[in-house]
Amino acid sequence: MADVVLSRELARQFTDGETRVAVEAGTMRALVRELDAKFPGIGAALGDGMAVAIDGQIFQDYFLEEVGPNSEVCFLPAIEGG
Amino acid sequence: MAKNHVTTTINGEPVEFLCETQQTLLDVLRDELQLTGSKEGCASGDCGACSVMVDDRLVCSCLVMGVEAEGSSIETIEGMADGENLHPLQQKFLENAALQCGICTPGFLIAAKSLLEKNPDPTETEVRYWLAGNLCRCTGYDKIIRSVLEVAAEAKGA
Amino acid sequence: MSGNANGYKWIGTRTIRPDGVDKVTGRAAFGADFALPGMLVGKILRSPHAHARILSIDSSKAEALPGVKAIVTSADFPEIPPSEAIKGSSPPNYRHLSQNLMAREKVLYDGHAVAAVAATSAAVASEALSLISVEYEVLPHVTDVLEAMKPDAPVLHDDLFTGGVEPKPDKPSNVAKRVEFAIGDIDAGFADADVVVERDYSTEGIHQGYIETHAVVANMGEDGQATIWCSSQGHFMVRQYTAGLLNMNIGDIKVTPAEIGGGFGGKTTVYLEPVALLLSRKSGHAIKMVMTRDEVFRATGPTSGSAMTIKIGAKKDGKITAAEADLKFFAGAFPGAPVHLGCMCGFTPYDIENVKAVGFDVVTNRPKAISYRAPGAPIAAFAIESAIDELAGKLNIEPLALREMNAAREGTRTAYGPTLGVVGFEETLEAAKTHPHFSEPLGPDQGRGIASGYWFNVGGESSASVSVNEDGSVTVTSGAPDIGGSRASLCIMAAEVFGIDIGEVRAVIGDTNATAFNRHTGGSRVTFALGMVVVNAAEDCIVQLRTAAAKIWDIDVEAVVWEEGEARPAGDNAGKFEPLSLGDLAAKTPMTGGPISSEKSSNVQGPGPAFGTHICDVEVDRETGHVKILRYTAIQDAGRAIHPGYVEGQMQGGVAQGIGWALNEEYIYGDDGRLQNPGFLDYRIPVASDLPMIDTVIVEVPNPTHPYGVRGVGEIPIIPPMAAVANAIEDAVGMRLTDLPMSPPKVLEALENGG
Repeated sequence: MADVVLSRELARQFTDGETRVAVEAGTMRALVRELDAKFPGIGAALGDGMAVAIDGQIFQDYFLEEVGPNSEVCFLPAIEGG
Repeated sequence: MAKNHVTTTINGEPVEFLCETQQTLLDVLRDELQLTGSKEGCASGDCGACSVMVDDRLVCSCLVMGVEAEGSSIETIEGMADGENLHPLQQKFLENAALQCGICTPGFLIAAKSLLEKNPDPTETEVRYWLAGNLCRCTGYDKIIRSVLEVAAEAKGA
Repeated sequence: MSGNANGYKWIGTRTIRPDGVDKVTGRAAFGADFALPGMLVGKILRSPHAHARILSIDSSKAEALPGVKAIVTSADFPEIPPSEAIKGSSPPNYRHLSQNLMAREKVLYDGHAVAAVAATSAAVASEALSLISVEYEVLPHVTDVLEAMKPDAPVLHDDLFTGGVEPKPDKPSNVAKRVEFAIGDIDAGFADADVVVERDYSTEGIHQGYIETHAVVANMGEDGQATIWCSSQGHFMVRQYTAGLLNMNIGDIKVTPAEIGGGFGGKTTVYLEPVALLLSRKSGHAIKMVMTRDEVFRATGPTSGSAMTIKIGAKKDGKITAAEADLKFFAGAFPGAPVHLGCMCGFTPYDIENVKAVGFDVVTNRPKAISYRAPGAPIAAFAIESAIDELAGKLNIEPLALREMNAAREGTRTAYGPTLGVVGFEETLEAAKTHPHFSEPLGPDQGRGIASGYWFNVGGESSASVSVNEDGSVTVTSGAPDIGGSRASLCIMAAEVFGIDIGEVRAVIGDTNATAFNRHTGGSRVTFALGMVVVNAAEDCIVQLRTAAAKIWDIDVEAVVWEEGEARPAGDNAGKFEPLSLGDLAAKTPMTGGPISSEKSSNVQGPGPAFGTHICDVEVDRETGHVKILRYTAIQDAGRAIHPGYVEGQMQGGVAQGIGWALNEEYIYGDDGRLQNPGFLDYRIPVASDLPMIDTVIVEVPNPTHPYGVRGVGEIPIIPPMAAVANAIEDAVGMRLTDLPMSPPKVLEALENGG
């Protein structure tokens, strides 16, 4: 099961405050689908201007990325540089 | 208004041009003579990107009127290399990565050359103060200053 | 032939950049150096008011002036409704971008564009601007972030409601959003602390200060196809934004990049290009527009100023138990301050169990803030690294040692969520500790400060092609502007893969038709991300070259290896053949299946985050308040330095900008809301005589995702300097300065109040 880390803001809105959620998924697309099934509406919130860190590696566009069985998956705002 | 006829020498060649009274020497070099190596960074003499030599004096060409150039001898960045042979400062800037974006580089090279002509063996402080009229936002000046000092040292050793 | 201790032939060597000669001889063409026959000069009329309603614009007198060929106002631009503000998945907000380009109902800052003119000469265009009459109803304005947050503050946007708060506000305000990043239990963390420091800090708005002002030549054809020549950090960005703002097809716009004279984040948006294109459409001529320095300061890119509160608690032994930041950043006239990035980066150098960082993005009557080198991170780091220094003082622990005790490393959980992978922060601290600078004795009124910084680095969409030319030379074509020597690093990486002389490789920045999409140069991404694509394309060429050699020798491709720039039989079993050089194979391509080339596009991910640690010595003049930088050493994990000279250059340049931010630079607004120092005389960036040599130490902890281990290097060096300088001043005179810039009047005042 991947360990999904959500911000407190997302948690407040969608998961009744739970910032860590275990999800079974092989790809980010499936993971977001799973999350949205559990917490309706969170899928849209995760698609808009968000990036993800999978095991510490940041992916700005992530839907096709693979998720390992014990991956840490962390949603964060997209990053713009100078 | 009628344009002014001006006769000069630029980089050793006789050059005549017509300019309007309000045009600066920088405007003339860039817009009338297509010598765009001199850059406009401020138009107020604060950045030194337009540095040229007028009768062996280092000036900001944005502060000199085109008509003032009558009868004078002007050196710009375009005349610094001797054909394919770069000036030692140009070569040293390349070797030392003393430029990043390169917009200020022509001004620095002209100013540094004028320094070494007046003072062939400057201290680091003298180089820093001489070049204080040239702004560079990329390099932190370190490699520029080192390059000028190295060229001076090599000329002394030669 | 060059050699290298790291086992590579070219990686890590100081080659001469391929575009260098043009840049030292004045031949390189920057934005303002381009011209077309018959082109007109475009100029912009700007608001003299910080906040006003536009009642009417009468341009009839200007239109009647001989030589005036076109005038545009916001009425000529498509209005972008809120529902169409976001196109695709990424920024910008096109509605705001459009309103910033040309003011609609209201002007929102001194310098906001109101109208634009195209005329036969600069003099005529200037006269025309003076003939346009704009009737304003002047409104109350606000330029300070804390003032702008007050309930009775003048509101800039009637449709701006604070995001990220519950319940959703029913009244508009200047607070665009609230963000929060937190881990652990902040109250428990502080309850656990033996020592707590808490203090307010502030920073002013400052400008990127690139020496080249914005410039463009634009030409609209009768068939609606447009060509733009300009300098920017991304010509694909210019094409995309211009198309979005003018409702054009992206394919109808071609943008050719000029050399760029500095950007630092400030050239990651458009100001002139769509205006020039509309003037061209209306006049039927090509248009050239070049901003004055005054316009650059008043109407482009400052970064946010801020008001911050930092609180950090620790056990007596130095273990930090809790850290809290409250960051309020102003964004200028439209939302988008990088406050979330400040919240995310600020505490990341440290392994802290309980962290809470709250940020507010606040609009004010100032030009719209745009990225500036590691957006947000330097601002937060000034406050947080100052607080760490103060904490060290209270704990009586040497500040570098306190950082070592709490340093983030692989496996450390960050406050913004992810766990860090392979990073080199401890290595920078170790390098600082063992550097001779760290233990050099200091004189009276002299002090030493340490500060660290963190930046994520960025990857992103990158496209490049690598072609083997008929003579065996190699051309690398890519589409991200070379802002500080990236052509050199791309050539080095390609030469390394091919195993050929660096002089055989040329790097070209192609126009928007020459390569597929490239994200703009920014976030320290080009050597990392584009480099990765170039390496992939070059490796693909090697496979093609081996295949060609296999055909010539009539053996299996697996039996051909590529070594030292030539195809060789893999071993005795493969057969006895004379090696084929790149030149030999290039000459034979008509017989081996055609030209050797590869085009690669990728959305490169996995940039290696990086840390830096700086040491700064200052001397404070108690009589004048002047702070002199005596010595400076910047240490940074670069992953792998492809061209050490340009890595050092990024570090030295970042430090110089940071020193300017620390000591001199600030936007000064009068009570009338007008910018008082829009020029280099009064907005003083560091000059050569202000600075010492800037020592650099490149630490190399390779980024595991990059074939050569590259991490971005351009952003980190601007993060630590402000705190390093403040900490050094504190060490010198025992005064903690908390408001940037630490200019002589402020230093004097602090000294008089108890130094």
